[in-house]
Amino acid sequence: MSPNELSERVADALSCARKRGASQAEASASNNTGLTLRVRMREVETLESHQDHSLGVTVYRGKRRGSASTSDLSAGAVRETVDKALSLARFAAKDKYAGLADAERLATEFPDLDLYHPWDLDAEQAMELALECEAAALDADPRIGNSEGAGVDTGESSFAYGNSHGFLRSGRSSNHSVSCVVLSEQDGQMERDYDFSVARAPEELTPVKKVGESAAERTIKRLGARKIRSTRAPVLFSPRVARSLIGHFCAAVSGRALYNRASFLLDSLDKPVFADCVNLAERPHIPRGLASRAYDGEGVATADRELVCGGVVKGYFLGSYSARKLGMATTGNAGGAHNLLLESTGQSYEELLAEMDEGLVVTEMMGQGANTVTGDYSRGAAGYWVRGGAIAHAAHEITVAGNLKEMFRNIAAIGSDVDRRGGIYTGSILIQDLSIAGA
Amino acid sequence: MSKSPDPSTFELQQQALVRARGSLLDTADLGDRQLDRAMGALLKPGVDWGDLYFSEYSSESWVLEDGIVKTASHDRGRGMSARAVSGEKSGFAYSDDLDPATLLRAADTAGAIARGGGRRQIELRRAGASRRLYAAGDPGEGYSDESKVDLLHALDREARGADTRVRQVIASLSIARNLMLVCSSDGRLAADDRPLVRLGVTVLLEQNGEVRHGVSGWGGRLPLADLVAGDTAGEHAREAVRQAVVNLDARPAPAGEEVVVLGPGWPGVLLHEAVGHGLEGDFNRKGVSAFAGRIGEAVATEQCTVVDDGSMPGRRGSLEIDDEGTPTGRTILIENGVLAGYMQDRLNAGLMGVKPTGNGRRESYAHLPMPRMTNTFMMPGPHDPEEIIRSVKKGVYAKNFGGGQVDITSGKFVFSASEAYRIEDGKLGAPLRDATLIGDGPTVLTRVSMVGSDLALDPGVGVCGKDGQSVPVGVGLPTIRVDGITVGGTA
Repeated sequence: MSPNELSERVADALSCARKRGASQAEASASNNTGLTLRVRMREVETLESHQDHSLGVTVYRGKRRGSASTSDLSAGAVRETVDKALSLARFAAKDKYAGLADAERLATEFPDLDLYHPWDLDAEQAMELALECEAAALDADPRIGNSEGAGVDTGESSFAYGNSHGFLRSGRSSNHSVSCVVLSEQDGQMERDYDFSVARAPEELTPVKKVGESAAERTIKRLGARKIRSTRAPVLFSPRVARSLIGHFCAAVSGRALYNRASFLLDSLDKPVFADCVNLAERPHIPRGLASRAYDGEGVATADRELVCGGVVKGYFLGSYSARKLGMATTGNAGGAHNLLLESTGQSYEELLAEMDEGLVVTEMMGQGANTVTGDYSRGAAGYWVRGGAIAHAAHEITVAGNLKEMFRNIAAIGSDVDRRGGIYTGSILIQDLSIAGA
Repeated sequence: MSKSPDPSTFELQQQALVRARGSLLDTADLGDRQLDRAMGALLKPGVDWGDLYFSEYSSESWVLEDGIVKTASHDRGRGMSARAVSGEKSGFAYSDDLDPATLLRAADTAGAIARGGGRRQIELRRAGASRRLYAAGDPGEGYSDESKVDLLHALDREARGADTRVRQVIASLSIARNLMLVCSSDGRLAADDRPLVRLGVTVLLEQNGEVRHGVSGWGGRLPLADLVAGDTAGEHAREAVRQAVVNLDARPAPAGEEVVVLGPGWPGVLLHEAVGHGLEGDFNRKGVSAFAGRIGEAVATEQCTVVDDGSMPGRRGSLEIDDEGTPTGRTILIENGVLAGYMQDRLNAGLMGVKPTGNGRRESYAHLPMPRMTNTFMMPGPHDPEEIIRSVKKGVYAKNFGGGQVDITSGKFVFSASEAYRIEDGKLGAPLRDATLIGDGPTVLTRVSMVGSDLALDPGVGVCGKDGQSVPVGVGLPTIRVDGITVGGTA
């Protein structure tokens, strides 16, 4: 379904809601198509063709709210969905904060974010790319003897959003990725690791051979892993896992956590939560960005803003509802953050190892283990033990623990090895003095 | 496993089939002829077997916050998919449009995975489970929307009444129904009508500016009316408050190896992570699991027998048939410490030359089936739970857990304790703050020195994620003593 067709369905849903008694309404629809091909041990394993669509509508009867969604976009099903939302709204309580975003906050300018770059890829071509990717990994080292495979994914989405303030926009985007997971074996020990590349445009993907080689290198480096003695030491979170630390911050300063007082960062605005060296910005309009949006889930305009300056918190993540609850203004984050950039303090990864001297590099984390209410943090980890500023050996079956409040204050440096494969751009993060549990 | 046929079996299975055909196929003009044509398009030369899968779901959820039901939402959808299997290869196409032309196109796309061979004639026949594990139809039946709202208010009232320090209560109710039908190239035509209900309550409690939370939830494939019978809601509300209160006094957990006693029920997440995933057929066929090729070897102490059972009435992880039409049953994974078997779907069972075990599951029609757990638990042992705690000079008693995760290749797994206590001289001491426990799957059960008599299953809220697909599951455990596992605290 094209963006225009989706717009029509959204407009139909809105007019239907109005006619049937909704005082306000909003609706969104999306259509996704795609192809996934996976190979394993140099043979095709799966070829998947995707096609799905959905429409969701939220209606207000005064200050009562109801929502419904459907995967059937026929006119009849859309009407039924609106009716269902209206009937549910009858049973919701009056909530004085409920309602659409304020009309004056809706986006009026729509920069071209350059998000749509379809990939005319057929199954044969996808197979060749995936085979080349996996072969690069399998051929990289004799200790790589097994594989969970390599995959090539391509997808396109059309979407539309509208509300009864008269806002109605649609658009489309694309997403492509390549990934590879291989196993290494030595002295009866098996290890597994992966690498991947993801981009809006196919030409921006890392060459498949490089993805495969890097997956192999990472997997080989895990061999010989052992448990270490429980200790306290500096920990360097590599970019792949450093991202999750910023994620914990976002969760703690999101509107719902704040108004429920379920956050270790209550009333943190204008307070020094992080070390002085930390600067975090939101940049929603990066061309081809993986989390770029011109407007948020309520149609509110997104804008560049600074979230943390010199360690001081300058912004929360709010939608209209949580903003009203907190007596604040929406930050255009209904539905989440839009490209977060953590500024590097300038050191390369190697320089950070030297700065750390002795400690742990974490390359993989396991489990949830972060409590947003108290900030207590305890997660499974694997990586390398560093001695004299160089990697001594791989380490596993250990945990890293502390409290996020202290961890944020103890950030000593942020590397220049920035990973842009996601909505959070960050280099390695060095945190002083964390508790490591092992043998 | 065999069961004598129940006289009403055929009729019951026919009822599910009649319902599924009526709802999924008849309304989309999909008759035997259309299915046969699609099967023909699917079974291209070189395709060994395949299936067509249809499903329809509806779910509603209600959330209370700040003492009011703020939102109610409803979701429904339906769709179908076609899968063709050739050796280790699978071709797969799905759509949420349900009509003969789309079905034919999906079958054609999926069938293009293989080349060479000849087409076969399929004769459809009925198959399926030999018993009902849950009531068919709307699990919310008999409950008006008003009474659902009242139920959430009751949870709120009970929680606030239990302690004056309660500052916020979030209560939720979700009611879902999933009707599926699978038609496979061996002629099997089977259907399942699956209810799923879940209730939850989260409490935030504040004392001297310190906030702590407690969570409790329950559910299953049961009518809502059965789930809230008696004072169940009050018990869960008070349980959430109790946990939050315990957390107010919690001290830093130790860092390092400890003797750990796991309480009954939800701590069974240990089994799910430590051995469950590693015993799924796909990982073992590919040789990527730390358990690959180890059937017949000792992987636990003799007291340990671990099973996966998808045929328990009303349980969240249960299914009458799996998503490939295979009846579920009890699979012994570890018997008296010895690795006995893997959990299988059709593809992996076929390639490994064993029988499918009824563990072929998928999140929805938009996902390929794979071997998944259902309800995974350890059988009870001889020890009194009190005796197990008394046996520990210094250690940790872990009563409640959040989620976990495993690296099936290295075998390392984690699970996070949300309620734990110090044990000193055989007695429970101070509560401990949240800590993740990390261990090694293939060896952790060799350190189980005592197994309790108090097997309990979790209250029915578990979700398992694998390869991007989520499915409801259950876990269970009697009290056990583990003679050494790393506790990830800070003290």
